[in-house]
Amino acid sequence: MNKSHPLLIVIGGCVLLGSVATGLGYWLTGGGPQSFRSDIVVHNSDGSPDSPPQASSPESASATDNTGAGPDAGPPPRSAIPDNEFGALVRKGEQIFADPGQYAGQYVGNDLRCQSCHFDAGRYDKTAPMRAAWPMYPAYRSKNQHVNDFAERLQGCFTYSMNGKAPPRGSDILQALEAYSFWLAKGTTVGESLPSKGFPDIGKPQQAPSYERGQAVFQANCALCHGADGQGQQAADGGYGFPPLWGKHSYNWGAGMHKVETAARFIKAAMPLGNPALTEQQAWDVAFFVNSHERPQDPRFDGSVQGTAKQFHHHDYARYGQSVDGQVLGSQAPPSATVP
Amino acid sequence: MTRIPLLAGLLILSSAALAETADTAQSLAQPCAACHGQKGQGGMGAYPHLAGLGETYLKRQLDAFASGQRDNPIMKPMASGLSDAQRATLARYFSKQSPAAPGSNPPADNGAGAELVRHGRWQDDIPACVQCHGPDARGIGKDFPGLAGQPAGYLQDQLKAWRNGKRQGDPQGLMSAVAKRLDDADLAAVADYLASLSAAPGQEGQP
Repeated sequence: MNKSHPLLIVIGGCVLLGSVATGLGYWLTGGGPQSFRSDIVVHNSDGSPDSPPQASSPESASATDNTGAGPDAGPPPRSAIPDNEFGALVRKGEQIFADPGQYAGQYVGNDLRCQSCHFDAGRYDKTAPMRAAWPMYPAYRSKNQHVNDFAERLQGCFTYSMNGKAPPRGSDILQALEAYSFWLAKGTTVGESLPSKGFPDIGKPQQAPSYERGQAVFQANCALCHGADGQGQQAADGGYGFPPLWGKHSYNWGAGMHKVETAARFIKAAMPLGNPALTEQQAWDVAFFVNSHERPQDPRFDGSVQGTAKQFHHHDYARYGQSVDGQVLGSQAPPSATVP
Repeated sequence: MTRIPLLAGLLILSSAALAETADTAQSLAQPCAACHGQKGQGGMGAYPHLAGLGETYLKRQLDAFASGQRDNPIMKPMASGLSDAQRATLARYFSKQSPAAPGSNPPADNGAGAELVRHGRWQDDIPACVQCHGPDARGIGKDFPGLAGQPAGYLQDQLKAWRNGKRQGDPQGLMSAVAKRLDDADLAAVADYLASLSAAPGQEGQP
């Protein structure tokens, strides 16, 4: 990284492009009150509420795709990026995705990167790959209650997950990210939801998520990389290390990842990195714990935490506006949109 | 008034304590130089450099050599002959040394190794090395050691040991889990590429 955004990798963080199409939105921006059960693959284009980030169970995801043509082949290899002007834009999109602090720094307000949550620069099929998002837009999103095209969806990532500002429509940054996503989606069917969309469903928790259990899970499994204080670590030379999970350098109260279920799905699928072995219940508990900490304000803040909570935070186990250790979450939030 | 002499006295005392610690560390480190180079900077064939690696990591390795958890016939007697405090002193000492200056060789041009190191192979659930070992493979924090510039043979041996269980004790079993997903060709390619990178910041050898 070497630039203004030191850490970034994080976990939750990023979320930038989430499940891409619908899912995208979801996790980044915290959708509205819809349910995310996901045995159903819904999409948004029919005017229904946001579809779940993940449209089908992991089992079905690995076994079939929606076309009945067998497993999804996945995105093309990096080596297939063409050597022409289009390929140059695709490469630029991948660079932004991997290091937005450097390549889109004026729109990034925290220490996360898109690939903090969307692993392998948005390619990994268990972390809301861009391949599954791109074909699903335009789509209705309950989050902002209108039909969003893909560019607007990407803007939401910057506003919420990156705690930054939306790059202008038509800007080279959005065009590069759109080109990159389009290229990753090669071979998919427009309007057909891939099983990999969003983060894999983990059902509902057997027990209501617990802060105390989550804290224990965190200390045993997460603190090694993200620090006992959740603030992540920088690499030896100041480059990206492990991303901060809460506080002013992490995603804000409007990001999809602030929702306990979205974070739990991501954690179950991907954490600890390289050896994801938590149970579903542990994932719920630790997601609840992580999201029970203060983080940058919801960009939709209306001047009152309770008012903002009432409007935008009805999802299951919502933490914003709730009291933790006598302090109301959201009441001490650092500012949103803290771009350089 | 009395504060100044008192403060001066404390400074003298603490300087003396620091000097003594440095002497102790340097003398403790003398035997290490034969294999690990002056100040642990390596350059001694297949033996790893120690300079600049994380303190917690180094201490854990010395403990593991002493206990036999990390099986090594050379290091076992060396580490066993040290007290716990001496092992801690050595770990701190080597963690504070600077790695050798970068060489002039460019990174190895092997596509497979570079790809695994920089991007991983996520279709097989293999993360990129740089995700835990830093974007330049020079380490993160006290637990994740730098790999850049370590001898290829050493790296390959360690990866094999993680894979077959001869090396254990990695926090949360993270390295063992990843190594088990790598085949022999992967190990060789990754080791060659990491060995070609520079352990110290500089123009060359950056991934």
